Amino acid sequence: MCLAIPVRVEEIVSDEKALANIGGVRKEIDVTLIEDLEVGDYVILHVGYALNKIDPEEAEKTLQLFAELDEVSKQQALDAICV
Amino acid sequence: MKYVDEYRDGKLAKEIAQQIRKEANPSREYHLMEFCGGHTHAIFRYGIPDLLPDNVKMIHGPGCPVCVLPINRLDAAIELAVTHGVILCSYGDMLRVPGSRRRSLLKAKADGADVRMVYSCADALKIAQDNPDREVVFFAIGFETTTPPTALVIRQAKKLAVKNFSVFCNHVLTPAAISNILESPEVRELGVLPLDGFIGPAHVSTVIGAQPYYYFAEEYQKPVVIAGFEPLDVLQAIRMLIRQLNEGRAEVENEFSRAVTYQGNNKAKQMVADTFELRRAFEWRGLGLVPYSALRIKSEYAEWDAEKRFTIDYKSARENKACECGAILRGVKSPKDCSLFGDPCTPENPLGSCMVSSEGACAAYYSYGRYQERSIKNDADTIATDASQ
Ligand code: SF4
Repeated sequence: MCLAIPVRVEEIVSDEKALANIGGVRKEIDVTLIEDLEVGDYVILHVGYALNKIDPEEAEKTLQLFAELDEVSKQQALDAICV
Repeated sequence: MKYVDEYRDGKLAKEIAQQIRKEANPSREYHLMEFCGGHTHAIFRYGIPDLLPDNVKMIHGPGCPVCVLPINRLDAAIELAVTHGVILCSYGDMLRVPGSRRRSLLKAKADGADVRMVYSCADALKIAQDNPDREVVFFAIGFETTTPPTALVIRQAKKLAVKNFSVFCNHVLTPAAISNILESPEVRELGVLPLDGFIGPAHVSTVIGAQPYYYFAEEYQKPVVIAGFEPLDVLQAIRMLIRQLNEGRAEVENEFSRAVTYQGNNKAKQMVADTFELRRAFEWRGLGLVPYSALRIKSEYAEWDAEKRFTIDYKSARENKACECGAILRGVKSPKDCSLFGDPCTPENPLGSCMVSSEGACAAYYSYGRYQERSIKNDADTIATDASQ
């Protein structure tokens, strides 16, 4: 029930409605709760309503945290071999 | 799908898990509660328990909206459809939850009541507009994620003067439930439920922000890490919690910063505050009466409040005695402690609310069978260790 998915806003129809790409299909979603929406923004869609925007920079940072970890563990693996 | 696939990378998942194994101190246990059913679902779907060392234990919290709705509120919804003859609309999962005498909305529908599954509350308003000579009630349930849409639809009904539409409001609040768990005798006095830290909800927090959790971190000295619903998010949050516990910190950290800010969504919060007010107390399945834990519709919108429009009789209802949902929702029991689990209780034939929605602990256990695999794996490990000795 809490299922919510990130969707890309393709067209802003009004303050309340926008068209989003949902699995390749364009659908109307309610964007009343979102301020400063722009085409190309990703929003979290829940029961037909956008709850919040996704911040691309923060998304990148989180991914980097995973990736950095990747580097660290690689380094540790290397160290282990060298010892 | 962008913002989904990157967070499901299997190789990275193994590496984060490796890191967790390295950082978890083998001389202690880590009991971490994921409050939210969305996390419970992800944990089982992606086999996260199998990736964790044995001293890191996940406890499933009460954050599954259909699971916590008490039976008498569900009975009341059935009564609205059957006795008052309204068109009753609700989200899909709600229709299958067994009420008293194992009656559900779906059974009421089979017996001729007009019960309709909607994807969005806006669909319910549309049904009202299309059926002006019928009363249409939206059976609203859920945490802070579904509440802003319900607020919007009530306001819309007022704006458009849709007279035959009303909302049976059962919206509940996450922070109140977390307090209740932390204050429970099982945690405070009896100590039967060891609880070291929380994984904070993903989508609920996009609305309420990180701010409400600071109180728990401080007052109860429990770390909270807000996490997204993808497997890498959950693993990373577990790792962050372990770090905090190792370092003796109890802070609020935000792993889901791509969608959660400190404040949350102010516009959504304002809409909710303008439309609803706190109930003094509300009953939760499993938790009992929880003070200030739910919302009701403000008198300004009384015309669209089903509880004011219809006389609803809340009879005390008996739960299936053998069903352990109550204890499972409090985190003190696990689905496998229930004698009905799997036989006869299954997602096709749910005997309790935790077996209905995919976010319910029983349904998650059943669908992904992780616990079976885990015990098999443990057996295999034991055999392997025995053999090597
Ligand atoms: S298995 Fe079924 S009966 Fe047992 S606790 Fe879960 S929902 Fe209740």
